[in-house]
Amino acid sequence: MNQQIINPQPIPLKKELQLQLHGVDVQFGTHLALKQIDLNVYAGERVAFVGANGSGKSTLLRVIHGVLPVSNGQVHWQPGVQQAMVFQRPHMLRTSVVNFVALALWLRDIPWRDAKEQALLALQQVDLQDLAHRNAKTLSGGQQQRLAFARALAVHPQCMLLDEPTSSLDPHAKRDVERIMEHSISVNAMTLLFSSHNLGQVKRLATRVIYLENGHILADLPTEQFFHQPLEHSHPEAHLFLRGERV
Amino acid sequence: MSSLTDSAFAAMDLIAQQDPLLWSVVARSLWVSVWATAIASVFGICFGAWLAVTRFYGRGALLTLLNTLLALPSVVVGLVVYLLLSRSGPLGYLGWLFSLKAMVLAQSVLVFPVVAALTRQCVEDADRLHGEQLQSLGAGTGLRSLLLVWDERYVFLTIVITAFGRAISEVGAVMVVGGNIEGFTRVMTTAIALETSKGDLPLALALGLVLLAVVLCLNILVAALRSWRLRVDGATSDPLQKAWV
Repeated sequence: MNQQIINPQPIPLKKELQLQLHGVDVQFGTHLALKQIDLNVYAGERVAFVGANGSGKSTLLRVIHGVLPVSNGQVHWQPGVQQAMVFQRPHMLRTSVVNFVALALWLRDIPWRDAKEQALLALQQVDLQDLAHRNAKTLSGGQQQRLAFARALAVHPQCMLLDEPTSSLDPHAKRDVERIMEHSISVNAMTLLFSSHNLGQVKRLATRVIYLENGHILADLPTEQFFHQPLEHSHPEAHLFLRGERV
Repeated sequence: MSSLTDSAFAAMDLIAQQDPLLWSVVARSLWVSVWATAIASVFGICFGAWLAVTRFYGRGALLTLLNTLLALPSVVVGLVVYLLLSRSGPLGYLGWLFSLKAMVLAQSVLVFPVVAALTRQCVEDADRLHGEQLQSLGAGTGLRSLLLVWDERYVFLTIVITAFGRAISEVGAVMVVGGNIEGFTRVMTTAIALETSKGDLPLALALGLVLLAVVLCLNILVAALRSWRLRVDGATSDPLQKAWV
């Protein structure tokens, strides 16, 4: 009996919701830093948060990461999703490079010996394996940022949060760090949420751009549309920002 | 002036001759102050680090009290410890009054607020700068305070040395609870006070010179630590650490 061969039909990819924010407010004293933020992030997305200084980008990332409590609303991660964050100015502990990474694993209940082995693997991903036994404080700015990224990678996150990851680096280190981050995020198929003032970097890395102003989300668009379609009528604030009049 | 110079020469002579009375007093002083500093440092660092990272109702009042205790008069500490250790006091059963143990206890009480307050300030500053990053790694409150203490460990050496300086130079508390008994509880500061009142200026001055030498050694130790740190860590850009050490 001949088996009928049926050409497989393309199955539409189902977007898997990874993170949901609903009605999030964050208040510092009398200042409302985030106001009624609603946001859905799907697996594999690369979302850039842009906006002027004080617009709430870093606050939003810290709330999403869970190190800053919300005043109102909810942040809901899908169960089992591992996430890690790289801060704008990563603090180097007074220890060796390998111990710096291993500490993050040890804090997740991995025995110290195994943590160090896994830390060395993470260091290889950012080309720092040769400096594994150097004091972390003696590294250059670019190396410190790569080390912080290695520490975040070591915990095998499905979602990576980067808070202006290259803002304090010189152009050469900036390219270097961005290349390594881009490569690791692609290889590991991670969701990426990052804030940046560098619009070139946003174009290169993001698939979706969220524009924040005074703690409000005023635009949430695909990268292509954000940069290449007229926004003066639909999103006038984002339009002014792109023209450099809101920085 | 001549009395001062004569006394100074006589003092140098006592030091050069390694006068046993002089050196027994010096050794006793060091023993009491080292123990007192060690005990106060263990409790003070733990308490200060905990206070730095925890938030609770009444914390502000506790901080004010702790900072007030920095100016605690040593004779008041001596009096309180005396009352505690006296035969009718709650710790009278220990039988420590007029012993070196009582002196250690009194100096520990005196130095504890110094260690705790400085530790609290140091750890709280560090926590404000990078506690969030440790929290991000999954470190809870207790572990975060321990990691911050470990990370700032060279600053704590300075704090401990400061505490030791306070302990070895105080006279009121050890005088009250130790009784200044010759060959038993007499230490440098109480001996200086006694010999001055007796008019034996050379011995008082010799003890004063040794006390100054101990403080000088401490300062040299701090300076050595600072330069060693700069060599080990390279040029750190952390303004907090530069400010502290």
